[in-house]
Amino acid sequence: MLEIQDLTVEIGGRRILNGINLNVEDGFKNVLFGPNGAGKSALLMTLMGFSGYKVVKGKIIFKGEDITNMSVYERAQMGLGIMAQRPPNMTGVKLRSLLDVVSKNDRKYDELAETLDMVRFLDRDINVGFSGGEIKRSELLQLSVQNPDMVLLDEPESGVDLVSIEQLGITIKNLLCGHGKCAGERYKHGKSALIITHTGQVLDYVEADRGFILCNGRVMCSGNPHEMLEDIKSQGYEECVKCKMNYR
Amino acid sequence: MQDELSLKKKAEDALKKSAAYGEDLNLEDYQIASKEEEVTENLMSLSADDQKTLLNVGVVPNEENRSGTFIMLNNAVSHASVKQEDEVELMSLQDAIKKYDWVKDYSWKLVKPDADKYTAMTYLQNADGYFIRAPAGKKSKMPVQTCLLIGSKEVSQIVHNIIVVEEGAQLDVITGCSTRKGVEKGLHLGISEMYVKKGATLNFTMIHNWAEQIGVRPRTVVHVEEGGTYINNYITLKPVKSIQMYPTVHLKGKGAFTRLNSIGVAHPGSELDLGSRVIFDAPDTKAELISRTITTGGKVIARGEMIGNADGAKGHLECHGLVLSKEGSQRAIPILEANVEDIELSHEAAVGRIAREQIEYLMARGLTEEEAVGMIVRGFLDVGIQGIPDELKASIDETIAKIGEKAI
Repeated sequence: MLEIQDLTVEIGGRRILNGINLNVEDGFKNVLFGPNGAGKSALLMTLMGFSGYKVVKGKIIFKGEDITNMSVYERAQMGLGIMAQRPPNMTGVKLRSLLDVVSKNDRKYDELAETLDMVRFLDRDINVGFSGGEIKRSELLQLSVQNPDMVLLDEPESGVDLVSIEQLGITIKNLLCGHGKCAGERYKHGKSALIITHTGQVLDYVEADRGFILCNGRVMCSGNPHEMLEDIKSQGYEECVKCKMNYR
Repeated sequence: MQDELSLKKKAEDALKKSAAYGEDLNLEDYQIASKEEEVTENLMSLSADDQKTLLNVGVVPNEENRSGTFIMLNNAVSHASVKQEDEVELMSLQDAIKKYDWVKDYSWKLVKPDADKYTAMTYLQNADGYFIRAPAGKKSKMPVQTCLLIGSKEVSQIVHNIIVVEEGAQLDVITGCSTRKGVEKGLHLGISEMYVKKGATLNFTMIHNWAEQIGVRPRTVVHVEEGGTYINNYITLKPVKSIQMYPTVHLKGKGAFTRLNSIGVAHPGSELDLGSRVIFDAPDTKAELISRTITTGGKVIARGEMIGNADGAKGHLECHGLVLSKEGSQRAIPILEANVEDIELSHEAAVGRIAREQIEYLMARGLTEEEAVGMIVRGFLDVGIQGIPDELKASIDETIAKIGEKAI
């Protein structure tokens, strides 16, 4: 589904990603771990094609096509979607107007809006005055209506209160896996995803396949995401960096 | 009589007096438009082009959902009708002056004849226009619609309107100003004096839809008494040569409130000098001024002014300008003045292009760049104006879509 080859990215001349190699196979849900400032969000923003993230080397291959120089719109049309960490205030743009366009005016989002407790936000300007958790629910609602083949989730659980987190987790699971089970031959079921998480809470709902640790703009290692999460929880990222040094 | 003579003298002296703002238009470049009446009893009998012209400024020819209709073509009234005479009174100003002795006490009381050459000209021409009165306590559910139409080439239309909303009454007015198809060059001078009495409400929506070579100089002053409310919506989205206006609202009674929304698009070659001024002359008065303007190559000057002269006054001024072209310019001039201690006036002003981040946010949901810009522009211009007919909404959407395309 997604192949990232030797991806090197700069923001305003400052290098933030350095020779990233990372794959997400069809139907796989891969997880990105890493300390603050490691470049995780920058990687997702680069994959979506947002301006300001300048690819100076390497390639992004999506569904077999080189999308490195494609516009955000073209990537979205190809089936890439993102839940951003800090989306902009969209003054004047009502959530409902965007959902109407994205859903091509079929109003099937009503039920989901109800589930996510977003009905009262439909006629508000997107993200304006939304709390952290409200932004996540709004992003997830938009993403579900968009229904892309591959989703990029940037800390979907951060800022979400304990009551809402279960609903959010279930909705993410439904989005990624459909309503059926997604064990077995994973490539045949559901969507592909690249998920950033600090707490790992989202992994209670989504069965993750592979984990990557990002430090200082590089992929440090990869492996079983659950084991990795346990290690990070008990030892922090420092051990990870040390390990990499020794390994060299 | 002595008064009238001295006013006339003053107006004559002011015929060469330039306005404080805006391009100094030469009155002699335009012939004074005909005062010959061209009566139209039923608007549905107008040509398809004329009907479309009316619809595009919010005036519906079949008069559905309207309590009254008034059409002024060039300098003569061609139609005036109301559905329920006890709810609202509507006639030409000249007829009203003949009918009621007291109307003269409302004429040229808020606007000074010698304010500038445009007011002077209007005074000296003894211009006609509409007179609308909502009798005390009457609340009409449907708006009165009026249209001021320039029907001939290279003429000046000169209008004088008076609106009186009596105690406890409520009135909605939609005024559309436009040109007949084929009329490109012209001048529109419009004096409006509006009185909102104790506890009354006036919702006034003005839609301008001029042609590329039209100069427009409205002069509006509003008096709002105790507990009264004056809401003003102003929309101009189509190309025009030059509009300069600075409507002024005097909040004269305790607790009076006003909100002025201005929405404008300056196309290449257009100059919009749109001001709004509120003077807080009574305690606990409140005001909101909102200006949203776009340039696609023309010049915008958005002036907002609040002068606080009474305790407990509160006002907020919002002035946002989008630049969607390398050409055009946006100038926001907010002015706040406090002349007493207990007062709260604030403003926020911002000019610039649409943030790239916002466009890409929508593109990431699968919208093209044009669609994204269109959606942002539509949202930017939407200040929640009520009572606009569907045809006009469609025309506004079309204009916005074109702006979106051009902005790329």
